[in-house]
Amino acid sequence: MATRNDTAAPPAKEGGAAPGRPPAVSTEDERRHRARLSRRWQRDMRWSPYAFVSPFFLLFVAFGLFPLLYTGWASLHQVEMTAPTDMTWVGMRNYTRIFDDDFFWNAAKNTLTIGIISTVPQLLMAMGLAHILNYRLRASTFYRVAMLAPYATSIAAASLVFVLLFGRDYGMINWALHFVGIDAIDWQNDKWPSQIAVSSIVIWRWTGYNALIYLAAMQAIPQDLYESAALDGASRWKQFLHVTLPSLRPTILFTVVVSTIGASQVFGEPLLFDANKGASGGAEHQFQTLGLYLYEQGWVNQHLGRASAIAWTMFLILIVVGIVNYVISRRLRASS
Amino acid sequence: MRARTRTARKAVVLAAVATLGAGLLAGCADDGGDDNASDGSSSGSGKGKTTITLGLFGTMGFKEAGLYTEYEKLHPDIKIAENVTERNENYYPALVNHLTTNSGLMDVQAIEVGNIAEVVATQATKFEDMSKVSGVDKSKWLDWKWSQGTTKDGQTIGLGTDIGPMALCYRKDLFQAAGLPTDREAVGKLWAGDWNKFVATGEQYKRKAKAGTFFMDSPGGLINAILSSEKEKFYDSSGEIIYKSNPAVKAAFDLTAKAAEEGLVQAQTQFQPAWDTTIANSKFATIACPPWMLGTIKGKAKPEDAGKWDVAVAPKSGNWGGSFLGVPKSGKHVKEAEAFITWLTAPEQQAKLFKVQGSFPSAPSTYTMPEVTGAKNEMTGDSPIGTVFSEAAKTAPVQVIGPKDQIIQQGLTDNGVILVTKGKSAEEAWKTATKTIDNNLDK
Repeated sequence: MATRNDTAAPPAKEGGAAPGRPPAVSTEDERRHRARLSRRWQRDMRWSPYAFVSPFFLLFVAFGLFPLLYTGWASLHQVEMTAPTDMTWVGMRNYTRIFDDDFFWNAAKNTLTIGIISTVPQLLMAMGLAHILNYRLRASTFYRVAMLAPYATSIAAASLVFVLLFGRDYGMINWALHFVGIDAIDWQNDKWPSQIAVSSIVIWRWTGYNALIYLAAMQAIPQDLYESAALDGASRWKQFLHVTLPSLRPTILFTVVVSTIGASQVFGEPLLFDANKGASGGAEHQFQTLGLYLYEQGWVNQHLGRASAIAWTMFLILIVVGIVNYVISRRLRASS
Repeated sequence: MRARTRTARKAVVLAAVATLGAGLLAGCADDGGDDNASDGSSSGSGKGKTTITLGLFGTMGFKEAGLYTEYEKLHPDIKIAENVTERNENYYPALVNHLTTNSGLMDVQAIEVGNIAEVVATQATKFEDMSKVSGVDKSKWLDWKWSQGTTKDGQTIGLGTDIGPMALCYRKDLFQAAGLPTDREAVGKLWAGDWNKFVATGEQYKRKAKAGTFFMDSPGGLINAILSSEKEKFYDSSGEIIYKSNPAVKAAFDLTAKAAEEGLVQAQTQFQPAWDTTIANSKFATIACPPWMLGTIKGKAKPEDAGKWDVAVAPKSGNWGGSFLGVPKSGKHVKEAEAFITWLTAPEQQAKLFKVQGSFPSAPSTYTMPEVTGAKNEMTGDSPIGTVFSEAAKTAPVQVIGPKDQIIQQGLTDNGVILVTKGKSAEEAWKTATKTIDNNLDK
């Protein structure tokens, strides 16, 4: 990019012409020409930035805002996928029925529990791994790249492998468990085992990613802090507790927020973990998440209106979660 | 000089913005690319050839049976390209979406029998009327197959390909070990006419069964087999949903639940990896078996199991599976596509498809052709499978099918009888299933 002074764009001054031009000899013609150039320069300076940022906003309007609003509109109607233009106004009915829709609340509960049992261990493990990688290691680049490998694998491929590992009759995990005297666990059909299995796919995929974020933040911590702590006789563990952790606070907050959002939208893993046709999240909906329920209503059952209402409810829940996160992070920042 | 660089830079910027904008517009206008990919007519195959594109799901076998090559040889100006989606659960929502928006459709689209009622009821206006195409002779198809693809006012939106007359595949060695007859006539007599007798045979089997084996593969397979042989299951002939009040459905559910409680069926879901492995390990004594299932078994079983299977008539004949081919009006080559599927679904081609792929013809005139009567399958040795399945095809009831059959059946299976294998009572399982189904049907 233009980093050299002479090629970088000059700051926009009122009526500023290009710098470094020799003062021109002025015939009337040339002055007019110059004035015109200068007007074009001004327009360029004023409007070009908008042109530069416009692709994002055009994309956002086309693929973000419009679908969002249209979904809101559809959620007030009864509309089926077989005839999406054929809408019947039902007002708030799609929303009111969510209140006594057992399947929705079951999905909400599952999303919460799967979110907790995947996010908490994930972040703790990421922290531990980052701490280890922060030591001087041989082939450290290799380990760092290896950490990111699960993140780079497609969910589909990963989930299919996990389905095989967690198989009840021929899965490797049950086979290993039987050596320590644990009977075959039906990972797909029992509530907690299935949720743990789904969480394990999430954990496997995202731990390395979070670890690298932590590692980056750890490497920004000044070395002198550790040196002086060591001089004061602090052990490695004490150093971690009193130097590393406090310095990482903003990073931890960031990962918590990102993971929370990710957890509330878990979709691919439970979809592919299901032995059945996918979206019902197990025989008793024991690992059906909100994302899955939305998909089931919209794409399997073809009720676009209901699915839209679920989507908007999820959106509102996410906003609440976001506000809670924001309040907590402000408190924490204020206290530090 | 400087001024010129600036204009040059501006030109680059403009070009970049223009490209991005154009890309954006193109992104909106494009229907998702899948039709471009297979549309060879515009992309280079050249020489004025017309490319007919087919949207299919699973393995329908036309290509594998060499039918495209044959047609291309007969019509040198035609090229055939297929676009296959592995699973119908993914294929069908996309098809509906394309039909309702009238975009992204292939010249020919396949429709599964479980969806045909819904497509006939809601999307008929998007399809050509195949009954009006020259060379299409209604009388060549089984009556019920023809009427499934036809609307009330007589528009035929799809021509039948195969059907799935159902028999029962069984393992001769496992039957022998359990002290049951192994001859297919004698086996058929064990349960002739009544699914209760089938379950009773299962009880007999279990008493002396080889350890670790199960009489049947899965609760889903059993309830599906029983329901396939009913004339009315989820809808009555006037189109009302009756699945909850239909005694035949409840009886099928309870009988399956009973078999599950007694451990006659294994707690498996069909077509899942574990089910595949169980076939390979020879743990199932019987599987409900339309002809195409023989292909599945052949694909999963170990080679040394060849000849250990046999096919007997089911307690009551039924039908499981089969598809239709339709021509969307918005396709690029409607006339060519119509001519092509007329040829593709003609009896001669159906017979070839059966011979190579095991897809059973929906044209009864083929049932006396040597391709059908002389058919053999590696897994079932020298059993005359053609005769067994033709018999089933002729005696299967004309079933009332409805738009939401698939959702209802899936609920009964995956949220119902499977729970009995997990120790739930039949009543609890029925409650979970009906609650799920009602929620899924509620608009």
